[in-house]
Amino acid sequence: MRLKVNGKEYETKTETILQLLREMEIMQGRVAIEVNLDVIKKTDYENYRLQDGDNVEIVYFVGGGNGR
Amino acid sequence: MEDKLIIRGIEFNSRLWIGTGKYRDFEETAKAVEASGADVVTVAVRRVNITDRRSENLLDYIDPKKYKILPNTAGCYTVEDALRYARLAREADVSEMVKLEVIGDERTLFPDVTGLLKATEILAKEGFIVFPYTNDDPVMAKRLEDAGAAAVMPLGAPIGSGLGIRNPFNIKIILESAKVPVIVDAGVGTASDANIAMELGCDAVLINTAIAGAKDPITMAEAMKHAVIAGRLACRAGRIPRKLYATASSPIEGML
Repeated sequence: MRLKVNGKEYETKTETILQLLREMEIMQGRVAIEVNLDVIKKTDYENYRLQDGDNVEIVYFVGGGNGR
Repeated sequence: MEDKLIIRGIEFNSRLWIGTGKYRDFEETAKAVEASGADVVTVAVRRVNITDRRSENLLDYIDPKKYKILPNTAGCYTVEDALRYARLAREADVSEMVKLEVIGDERTLFPDVTGLLKATEILAKEGFIVFPYTNDDPVMAKRLEDAGAAAVMPLGAPIGSGLGIRNPFNIKIILESAKVPVIVDAGVGTASDANIAMELGCDAVLINTAIAGAKDPITMAEAMKHAVIAGRLACRAGRIPRKLYATASSPIEGML
């Protein structure tokens, strides 16, 4: 299926968020995830089934103080 | 005498809070944080770089077990965006705390206080520990407190300006009227500015650019640590009143 991940087209055969993170080699402990603007709880990563066309945002913490 | 800052039951080991932007690299960030003695470290929420996924992570250098990670909503210009970033940050599982920013103007980075108030109210109801970045406006500080802010973070001067505490009288009025802690966020340029904020009676100071942008950030981090400690002690000790004329400090008695 085709997803949009962080604004970029992404083709995958994975079905759940957990599988997607593993495929992308992203450590799940350090990120937060939104699918179609809904924040997904970490405990749901294993069971949350992605759908074709889903808009996925994967964020983490970077250096920052204020503004910008 | 113990003089720890406690907010909503969370004990803070230092009254200096540190931002992690603008450092040369993560190593320098970690060294500056260490030298500052801070235990609160504020971080921004951004997209993971999916084309270079093995790039280093800030939290590999700033251990969330050792430091209190304070996610911020820096760069958000609307209530909706600020809420979105705050909710995502909470799900990243480091903290219920959020340094809430709703910016109103790109050039000055002054807060949009109407949006800030709205966002504070919503997030406080959702159980967040909200620290709103606000103007040095005593009325707004009160409104934010009423909306559920755990502390208020008035600016001393615009973000990154290094102009210092431009309106100490307003900060003083905020301090007198606020029931929640007051943490100066933004404007500090050098150690004396941090010192003044603390002497005024502020509960803590958040500093980023003044340290990260110094010629030697690690030494400046250490300077800020001492300035904050000295300012707090001076505030507790109580300064002498200012007088126009001299008062001799040596006795007249026994003079020839």
